[in-house]
Amino acid sequence: MNIEITNLRFTYPTGLEALKGINLTINSGEQVAIVGQNGAGKTTLVRHFNGLLKPTSGTIFIGEWETTKFSVAKLASRVGYVFQNPDDQLFSRDVLTEVTFGPRNLGYEKAKIEELVQRALSLTELTDKTDTNPYDLSPTWRKMIALASIIAMDTPIVIFDEPTTGQDAVNVARIANVIAELRNEGKTVITITHDIDFCAENFERVVALSNGQVLLDGPAREVLGQEKVLAQTYVDPPQLTRLGKRLGLKETVTRQEEFLRAIE
Amino acid sequence: MAFVTLHNVTYQYPLTQSPALQEINLKINEGEFLAVVGPNGAGKSTLCYALAGFVPHFFKGELTGEITVDGKKSSEATLDEWVMNVGLAFQNPFNQISGAKFTVFEELAFGLENIGIPREEMKVRVEEAMALTGIRELADRSPYSLSGGQQQRVALTSILVMKPKLLVLDEPTSQMDPIGTREVFSVVRKMAEEGMTVVMVEHKVEWIANFADRVMALKDGRMVLEGKPNEVLTSDMLAENGFGISRYTSTAREAKKRGLWKKENLPVTLDEAVEGFAK
Ligand SMILES: Nc1ncnc2c1ncn2[C@@H]1O[C@H](COP(=O)(O)OP(=O)(O)OP(=O)(O)O)[C@@H](O)[C@H]1O
Ligand SMILES: Nc1ncnc2c1ncn2[C@@H]1O[C@H](COP(=O)(O)OP(=O)(O)OP(=O)(O)O)[C@@H](O)[C@H]1O
Ligand SMILES: [Mg+2]
Ligand SMILES: [Mg+2]
Repeated sequence: MNIEITNLRFTYPTGLEALKGINLTINSGEQVAIVGQNGAGKTTLVRHFNGLLKPTSGTIFIGEWETTKFSVAKLASRVGYVFQNPDDQLFSRDVLTEVTFGPRNLGYEKAKIEELVQRALSLTELTDKTDTNPYDLSPTWRKMIALASIIAMDTPIVIFDEPTTGQDAVNVARIANVIAELRNEGKTVITITHDIDFCAENFERVVALSNGQVLLDGPAREVLGQEKVLAQTYVDPPQLTRLGKRLGLKETVTRQEEFLRAIE
Repeated sequence: MAFVTLHNVTYQYPLTQSPALQEINLKINEGEFLAVVGPNGAGKSTLCYALAGFVPHFFKGELTGEITVDGKKSSEATLDEWVMNVGLAFQNPFNQISGAKFTVFEELAFGLENIGIPREEMKVRVEEAMALTGIRELADRSPYSLSGGQQQRVALTSILVMKPKLLVLDEPTSQMDPIGTREVFSVVRKMAEEGMTVVMVEHKVEWIANFADRVMALKDGRMVLEGKPNEVLTSDMLAENGFGISRYTSTAREAKKRGLWKKENLPVTLDEAVEGFAK
């Protein structure tokens, strides 16, 4: 199920134009990272995919559905969105209810709901916290609950808005594992992130937004190697890419193994 | 004498099975910039709450040991007295905004208003603080119509404007782009140079190594390491215990095994890595 965005413009009621003509196609099963400076329009863009925002002009198609013609509830069967601030998303009194809400709402059969919920809980290692009130847990756990409640919906398209903020190395690896799992299932994963090392290690395609427009779009290595252009939207290349450049390596390296091979 | 002292501090939240902080002993000098690192659930936020007086005054539970800031004991102060000296930026910046005000400017003036600062002085201080964090152009915006990183800048500015003697920041750059992160670290450094004492929880270790005076590592409520940034942040113990580490450190550690890193010390920052890997 492709996402097809044509000439998308969006102006908030305050008069601020946050998106200034976006053209972008995301193919079924792609893993795409969206990067760019604070206020670039990343969150505003993805909120259009599940219909939370409607374009001021231009169109977005999710498969053959044009988002303006479907309700948010309907679009939720195709696009799952994990909020940047988990507190905007969570509302249940315990973890199990929260994670069950989405798949139940989509009207799946009881057995399927159970299976999806269990899988989401085990992928995020929340199985021992099902009775806990999300608000008794730290923001980092609340982010994991938000993540679990969206992957339990089993939508073909999943969007994560800053999933790794505040997460330690173990949880970042856990999130990387969730993304790999979704990739294996053929799902489209779109992730907004400022964590450029995480981006380099987990995504094949990177879209850099700047001031409401697409600045760069392409394979991760190509995009992340363009230090000068990225600087326009306040993105630093990954640590190892910067190191490689400083050491005068000819090719752009992004990951540890590549780097070590290059200096051998 | 140390400006902040924690003596044998142990704290347990109500209705929990084990302490969130255990026997913490720590001294921080006036004007020192201390960074705190640790995996999720280590007790970093609890430490921030303890410094800011929310633990135990707000969260209740049992605190033993003693916390002293600027010669005053937290056990002998009320929360209202305590917050005059200590400012805390919450881990979730979205919770910091008061909800009482229509514009960012008013939001930033709110705390000063509450303590009776005259209008003219208030304006000057808000302007100054906005300039420091680079949010002048947001002054007339609604605090709710901002991007994640912009909200975090506003939350931080609302603390800075109060000029606390002890500034406690719980992951203040979590939503920020690299330029925002650099600005926060430089502002904090500058504040420390001017005499403000700073405790900052952070995962971005490269920045800590570039800016902080000292690092303490927490795990399971205990202080497991403490010392100079490079020493603490390159320790094997951190790598083995789920702490966030710099890619420079992990890559050099692997390179060392293969004989590609010859120096004794591992790097945390880009400059240290360049120096060690350069032929
Ligand atoms: N509800 C709103 N009303 C008015 N303007 C808004 C609203 N939300 C965001 N904006 C503005 O729209 C622009 C884009 O914001 P957006 O949240 O999409 O940025 P972002 O790229 O996600 O940034 P960040 O990395 O800080 O989360 C910013 O200038 C922001 O101030
Ligand atoms: N309000 C609370 N009530 C009960 N227990 C709490 C409360 N807040 C935190 N805890 C517990 O105290 C311990 C330390 O939590 P704390 O939030 O201080 O860790 P942290 O290092 O800040 O973690 P994170 O990286 O996730 O923010 C954890 O076991 C946590 O579950
Ligand atoms: Mg955003
Ligand atoms: Mg915390």
